[in-house]
Amino acid sequence: MSKLAALGRFLYDFVVGDDWRVAVGVAVTLAVTALLAHSGVSAWWLPPAAIAAVLGMSVARFRHRI
Amino acid sequence: MTAVLLVVAAYLASAVEAVEALTIVLAVGITRGWRSTLVGVGAASLALAVVVAALGPALTALPISSLRIVVGSLLLVFGLQWLRKAILRSSGLKSLHDEEATFREESEAARRAGDRTVEGLDWYAFTVAFKGVLLEGLEVAFIVVTFGSNQGSIPLAAVGAAAAAITVVIAGVAARAPLSRVPENTMKYSVGLLLTTFGTFWAAEGAGVDWPGQDAALLGLLAFYVVVSRALVSILSERPGRPREPVEEAG
Repeated sequence: MSKLAALGRFLYDFVVGDDWRVAVGVAVTLAVTALLAHSGVSAWWLPPAAIAAVLGMSVARFRHRI
Repeated sequence: MTAVLLVVAAYLASAVEAVEALTIVLAVGITRGWRSTLVGVGAASLALAVVVAALGPALTALPISSLRIVVGSLLLVFGLQWLRKAILRSSGLKSLHDEEATFREESEAARRAGDRTVEGLDWYAFTVAFKGVLLEGLEVAFIVVTFGSNQGSIPLAAVGAAAAAITVVIAGVAARAPLSRVPENTMKYSVGLLLTTFGTFWAAEGAGVDWPGQDAALLGLLAFYVVVSRALVSILSERPGRPREPVEEAG
């Protein structure tokens, strides 16, 4: 079990990294983008704008934490 | 254009990770001897080749729209990790990676470790070299497989990665010291930008977006992320009350 937990921890650190909110932000952005795109809305502008905001919030949170 | 960027991304990512792996291998090899260290390096390289050979065909078997959203999302999250660290390092909030310090720490640990021989191998040297190369190499294998599968050319990405590894090994053998003057943060920043750009492009396409200008939108995205990241570095660097000492953090 401890080896399984260690593997899970490794995979989490490998993919998600230091800030899980970034991964959640990416998932939410893509879900909203898919909803808009499949509703016929031109949504190409949303991913870069939202990703920039997610990145900005992540580094700002780091700055406030230290 | 995308093929060139693919090779550049694989080359830079591989070079950065190879420099870090080389530091560990040099420290262990010089302190404990080369035979077991090189066996560890060989075993890890073989394991990485198996990962690429197994995951590559599995990913390319996916339908293109599923592949783009799955791989694009992963690349995006992965690229943002690199970009975030590079921004924090460039703005002085996080320590730059110090290969000389890592070399000293690894050498000291290798000297203190006990002698344990398994099947004629120095177990410490083998294990540390194996883990060092495998863990640093996994990020490269991930980039090669995801980038290459989406671009339809895993071999091209693998060539870029292999070329970088060979360059770093030759430089390391020539210098017989850790490559501390390699601009690691600049290279990580470039890789982060490329992964974030391609990740955004492919994930959004997989989600149903039609990019204006098709592939040319990649250049627009890259320029946008360069501007955003430089602005973030500038804002974080200017903030009053910054600590004098940057935070030490792995990676």
